[in-house]
Amino acid sequence: MIEVENLSKRFVVRRGRFRRERHVVDAVKEISFGVERGELLGYLGPNGAGKSTTIKMLTGILVPSGGRVSVGGLDPSRKRIELARRIGAMFGQRVQLWWDLPLLDSFQLLRHIYKVPPGRYRESLARFREVLELDAFIHTPVRQLSLGQRIRGELTAAMLHGPELLFLDEPTIGLDVVAKQRVRDFLVEINRDDGVTVMLTTHDLGDIERLCNRLLVIDHGSLIWDGGIPELKERYGGERVLVVDLEGPSEPLQVDGATVERVEGPRQWLRFRGSASELTARVAAAARIVDLQVQEPDIEEIVRRIYMR
Amino acid sequence: MVDAVFVWRKLVGAQVRSQLQYRMSFTLDVFGSFWISFIDFLVVLTIFHNISRLNSWTVHEVAFLYALSSITFAFTDLLIGHLDQFPQKIRDGNFDIVLVRPRGTLLQIVASDFASRRLARVLQGTIVLVYALSGLSIHWTAGRVAVLLVSLPSAVVIFGSVWVVGACVAFWTTDGGEFTNAFTYGGTTMAQYPFDVYGTWLRRLLGYFVPLAFVCYFPALYVLGKPDPLGLPRALDFLSPAVAAAAACVAGLTWRFAVRHYRSAGG
Ligand SMILES: Nc1ncnc2c1ncn2[C@@H]1O[C@H](COP(=O)(O)OP(=O)(O)OP(=O)(O)O)[C@@H](O)[C@H]1O
Ligand SMILES: [Mg+2]
Repeated sequence: MIEVENLSKRFVVRRGRFRRERHVVDAVKEISFGVERGELLGYLGPNGAGKSTTIKMLTGILVPSGGRVSVGGLDPSRKRIELARRIGAMFGQRVQLWWDLPLLDSFQLLRHIYKVPPGRYRESLARFREVLELDAFIHTPVRQLSLGQRIRGELTAAMLHGPELLFLDEPTIGLDVVAKQRVRDFLVEINRDDGVTVMLTTHDLGDIERLCNRLLVIDHGSLIWDGGIPELKERYGGERVLVVDLEGPSEPLQVDGATVERVEGPRQWLRFRGSASELTARVAAAARIVDLQVQEPDIEEIVRRIYMR
Repeated sequence: MVDAVFVWRKLVGAQVRSQLQYRMSFTLDVFGSFWISFIDFLVVLTIFHNISRLNSWTVHEVAFLYALSSITFAFTDLLIGHLDQFPQKIRDGNFDIVLVRPRGTLLQIVASDFASRRLARVLQGTIVLVYALSGLSIHWTAGRVAVLLVSLPSAVVIFGSVWVVGACVAFWTTDGGEFTNAFTYGGTTMAQYPFDVYGTWLRRLLGYFVPLAFVCYFPALYVLGKPDPLGLPRALDFLSPAVAAAAACVAGLTWRFAVRHYRSAGG
């Protein structure tokens, strides 16, 4: 569905008021990856890493400075119009809907822009009205909608023409827990039931953990991870923590293959690699264990570690 | 083409509905610009009455030329005057949205706004035209009517093309607004007064570089049945559609080239 080879984007910016110095920003540096039909792909990276720039090159907004892109078999910047019919795009920071008109008007305008046949339009609108619960505010001018309502409108707008591929740049930015969950459920549904390929950027790791079966991580314009989330945990989060409750407060335990991180009364935290049962046996030999628990590193911790490398 | 006009109508319709959401400000806008136009018109009328001749032109002939130029310009302004705000769209990255939709970018930009309040200027030009015609006795042959009917839309296309090319500058400078304005507003003032009043070099400049001459001057000469005081070939009187086509091509190609230099904005 998507093929990217050595893709780069360089911005030349001029700084300063008087002596306008040329300044080169390599926003994306020779990245390569491929996406299969039906994937739900997360694209992660710290601020300024080059995520939005990549999405813009994939959707034909920006012309790459180097490398090759093909989306659905098309070169995005050269076959922009053809591609636009087949993809949907939503940018969390931009408003695509008509600000002063009722939400429904935006959908009708998009229907004409995308030449959606009346039957198909009615069908998909009815579906989105139900799934995203738009009915309560579909006749309200967009400028009066809450952020969560507007985002639901934006998602509908991006999906009305039935795209095979959906690009989302920070779709959950600024949403509360309930609204976020609704958006996530929606994305899972269109991915599972309609087979829509989804690529989304986000700073919300919850999005990634609940939605994505594959993760790309970009930093300073270079791709530093491409793979599943379990593999990522294994690679960067190899260390786990064994929490043991002893009979009473004691000195930090001295066991091979583990270091005590923290002690709080009878409870101790041991960071370790490898087998948890072997370590438990070793701890049991040194002290009586009342209770125990193994903590997996959470994705947030892992991402922090990757960013800080 | 039919489809493009359909989409244009839908989008402009949406824009007008949006403007009507703010009824009060809309009404004030229309009134305000009507008054400005009206005062403008009184000034023009005073000038016309105080000079009886401008070179070999009678007052009514000058008024005729003024009206043609004024109407076509106001019409262009009505259709694409909002290109003035185009650099802002480039600067804040909102052109992104235009690019992800399966329609021509220029069509979407042209249809993205509609300055209904500028209707007042079209009205003003029409009043001047009525005034001019009342004092002229034009012998309306089929040829003259045809030249007029073809020249007016051609003029709109020529004005529009100059504007679009000016707006393209924004893709590089991200701030081309002032540049375009100097170009076109300066251009209309000149087209509104007889050409031979200006110096030769300026005439050359405009005749060759910004073909504003075709906008009104040559067609007006033909319709009025006047000999060209400069003795230029009469074929020029009929050239405006060709110039319009050429201008539209240049503008279209420049636009296409410019869009590939769009840099968006961070986000
Ligand atoms: N239009 C532009 N002109 C100049 N530089 C730009 C432009 N857009 C982005 N950049 C620069 O390119 C780099 C990558 O920006 P990009 O917007 O792709 O980051 P991002 O990963 O989306 O970040 P964020 O998480 O903050 O949205 C940044 O250093 C940014 O300053
Ligand atoms: Mg971004």
